[in-house]
Amino acid sequence: MDFAFMRDTFLQLMTGVPLTLNLAFTSVAFGAVFAMLLALMRMSNVRVLDGIARTYVFVFRGTPLLVQIFLIYYGLGQFRPVLQEWGLWSFFREPYWCAVLALTLNTAAYASEIFRGGLQAVPHQQVEAARACGMSGFLLFRRIIFPIALRQALPAYGSEIILMVKATSLASIITMMEITGLAAKLISQTFRAVEVFIVAGAIYLVLNFVITRIIMAVEWWLSPHLRRPPAIEPKLEAAHV
Amino acid sequence: MSNAAFSSVSVSQGVSPVSSTPAVSVQDLRKSFGALEVLKGVSLEAREGDVISILGASGSGKSTMLRCINMLEVPDSGEIKISGEAIRLKPTRRGMEPADQSQVDRIRSRVAMVFQSFNLWSHMTILENVIEAPVHVQKRPKSECIAEAEALLEKVGIFDKRNQYPSHLSGGQQQRAAIARALAMRPQVMLFDEPTSALDPELVGEVLRVMRSLAEEGRTMLVVTHEMGFARDVSNRVIFLHQGMVEEQGTPAEVFGAPKSERFKQFISSHR
Repeated sequence: MDFAFMRDTFLQLMTGVPLTLNLAFTSVAFGAVFAMLLALMRMSNVRVLDGIARTYVFVFRGTPLLVQIFLIYYGLGQFRPVLQEWGLWSFFREPYWCAVLALTLNTAAYASEIFRGGLQAVPHQQVEAARACGMSGFLLFRRIIFPIALRQALPAYGSEIILMVKATSLASIITMMEITGLAAKLISQTFRAVEVFIVAGAIYLVLNFVITRIIMAVEWWLSPHLRRPPAIEPKLEAAHV
Repeated sequence: MSNAAFSSVSVSQGVSPVSSTPAVSVQDLRKSFGALEVLKGVSLEAREGDVISILGASGSGKSTMLRCINMLEVPDSGEIKISGEAIRLKPTRRGMEPADQSQVDRIRSRVAMVFQSFNLWSHMTILENVIEAPVHVQKRPKSECIAEAEALLEKVGIFDKRNQYPSHLSGGQQQRAAIARALAMRPQVMLFDEPTSALDPELVGEVLRVMRSLAEEGRTMLVVTHEMGFARDVSNRVIFLHQGMVEEQGTPAEVFGAPKSERFKQFISSHR
């Protein structure tokens, strides 16, 4: 192994980290909003809304993300005149936005199921207590249902975020020069696949380690009720005994 | 008098405060769950300051009746008035529903409920639980609510637990916190749905003591309970429900001293 080469590779691949994180967090952010909408549609008891959300989840969970990226980036290119007419071409022309769109649609499908699980796990009695206090509608959702559901969903949602960080590597196929894209370019120049991919893999590993820690910290911060209560300070007199 | 005659007699009958509107008035309440008719025309009236104990075997409809008063269950027919204001209902495909959610929310903020299993919000501290509805439903200034909440927690004896979470408290402490949460809304009426039934025997006393002190303050309380001591010593009215109908009612002295109904006699003797 050529450690000097690996160090150079590391420095080069690090320039792809901002784009990787950008793709991951942009799509996670948009995807979370969309996912919440889908989860509420699933739980709306309105058959049409439920059906739409159900079909959406079925399609986007059941097909590979790579196929979705190809369909959006290459497939929609066939409809360029129409998209130009609608003023959408400047959006679909950019591989960045195509990647963000595909990742967003994909994560929304998975996250909506995670959110739905979280919402369904909210204890009925606590919702009833809130209703009995005069809460309903958005106030009830914002103050009671969402905070409890979030705490239930966070561990599963944390691994969804990590999956998204890894999924950004597929954007390299449509010319995005994020970590994997840079690595592929470097390999075609040097033919040293092992070193380059070891370094690339290590960078993903470190990124995901940091993200895991952040999610754990958020979980810890949100769940003081699951920890033991702070010990009561010993009385001064007791200290003298 | 036959037992049937009791089924729709108002509790305050004979006392006749014609001038004042009753705090709670329930007329001919009926409710079915599927084919099972749980309430078969129950009426009751609670005046300001009344403490009414509602007794009955499980399945007698006592909890359902209480839950109808704040619309946690929507009755199939009958009328509920809180301080003279009738809750408007409308028929829908799925049965009766409140006609106006904002009216229900407004009434619920004046009728506080204490549940059998406390139902404190697990993600909030005790103090946050107590100030939640006053701040966010009644829109009162937060600092005022905190001061009042602290006084209430002091009163129910768990001021030192105010920054802890419900899961850190014993059942009795949680129920006292739930009572403080109910009191924080400055309710006109308090509904207690078997408040001591989920507690370990040694914790029942501390909750009953708090409830007794509330009764002595003159608060209007409707209490579904199995605590015969409370019904006898604290309440000024007792109602005994059997199979969805009022089987026996009167002052504690009347109903415990000379029960008319055979079923109530059996019920008392089995709860000694």
